[in-house]
Amino acid sequence: MVHTFGSLGRLFALDTESGAFLEIDKVAKALLDGDDMSPFSSCEIADAQAEIAALKADGVLFATAQKATLPPFTPVIKAMCLNVSHNCNLACEYCFADGGTYCGERQTMSFDTAKAAIDMLVEASGTRRNLEVDFFGGEPMLDFDVVKKTVLYARSLEKPHNKNFRFTVTTNAYKLSDEDIDFFNEQMYNVVISIDGRKHVHDRVRKTVGGKESFDVVMKNALRFKQKRKGQYYVRGTFTRYNLDFASDVLFLNDMGFDQLSIEPVVLDPASPMAIRDDDIPTVLAEYDKLAAEYIERRKTDKWFNFFHFMIDIDNAPCAVKRLKGCGAGGEYVAVAPDGTVYPCHQFDGIAATALGNVFDKKLDENIRKRFYGCSVPTKTECSACWAKYYCSGGCMANSYKFCGGDINTPYKPACELMKKRVECALAIKAIENCSE
Amino acid sequence: MAHIKVIKKSTIDNGCDTACGECQTSCQSACKTSCTVGNQSCERKSVKVLNPQKEQDK
Repeated sequence: MVHTFGSLGRLFALDTESGAFLEIDKVAKALLDGDDMSPFSSCEIADAQAEIAALKADGVLFATAQKATLPPFTPVIKAMCLNVSHNCNLACEYCFADGGTYCGERQTMSFDTAKAAIDMLVEASGTRRNLEVDFFGGEPMLDFDVVKKTVLYARSLEKPHNKNFRFTVTTNAYKLSDEDIDFFNEQMYNVVISIDGRKHVHDRVRKTVGGKESFDVVMKNALRFKQKRKGQYYVRGTFTRYNLDFASDVLFLNDMGFDQLSIEPVVLDPASPMAIRDDDIPTVLAEYDKLAAEYIERRKTDKWFNFFHFMIDIDNAPCAVKRLKGCGAGGEYVAVAPDGTVYPCHQFDGIAATALGNVFDKKLDENIRKRFYGCSVPTKTECSACWAKYYCSGGCMANSYKFCGGDINTPYKPACELMKKRVECALAIKAIENCSE
Repeated sequence: MAHIKVIKKSTIDNGCDTACGECQTSCQSACKTSCTVGNQSCERKSVKVLNPQKEQDK
């Protein structure tokens, strides 16, 4: 399957199965798309046909289907989300976790529970050396003493068990001291801070539990964090129907001095006034184009930045097996609630039908795990004909579960068009920047 | 070639030395910005560039 597209004023082709990426002209595009060739001369057509035939013979274009298959299920776990806090100091209107409580009572995780979770992870990790632990919530800074103790406990297991922990924390930055930032620098591989962009955009949907605007406090803390940060971080936000001009929010955050950015589309019940509707999609796609054009310009200046969804590594890309599977929720990746219940991922926290077990008894439901593990590109019939299937790997299972009648094998369509657009932009940016290097 | 320029011949490695499982977990949940497969690099081959200008300054 060959996908052709235009982006940033250039034309490109991507072979789905080989991953080959080419820049093409109008003649080649028309031939690849099976379009009317009458605008072109017979000489042009013959030349382009010969080039396509040579690339086909070389396995670059119209490559045969990937032969990689998913390895059989093993109970190995290598990544864990610790939902240390079912509590939050903000009450964001679009929060998937019902204001951080995950539709339950406000509670935080005890160190005993976190310790049992780390023990379970180390035990279940087999020969995997690199283990990821993400402190999430709710707001994890509301249980930061437990976070710190858990990190130090896990570090004590690294040498005896030959493991390398990579810790991440996702915070709203409403409560962030210099000591917290120092701890991040010492221990956190990545820090993710949530800000939605411009003040009026952020404050409209990210108020405190008491109803106060949060932007001023959050931005002040985030800037202090950025000044002191050593290592990887992201400032991330969510865009909703209220700010379909989200490129302005990305650029605002860049103007504020941040150079690792992400703004992501909200996922909500279509009845919500914040939900992105089908008829908003063209506006959103155009906004990605606008952002991509400005992105290229800024990356030539002292305002260089990474936009997460425009990042793509075509030189050292993930292998075919990785691309079949996506996130690994329920298989290699699990989430733990404050009471120790284990779920396929943080998005399933509180959905009893998907509970896998508990960190204290360490016996996880293998039937549910196998169902999640098996959910992959080949099992998603709607994905099989999609050119982007090896870039999204079938999409988010939680979105499918929540919005496709509990079926993790049905892709959540609203995300598909946006994902494809971002891949196109990312590839075009890569091509243009590679040519100018 | 006059009409086609190959930027990358193949980007999907399916050789026998793959599927080690050491790579970062990917996630498409909007609340996390963890990692979508398309954004990822192979753990064995990748060199992360956080900011090339700052790298040059070192």
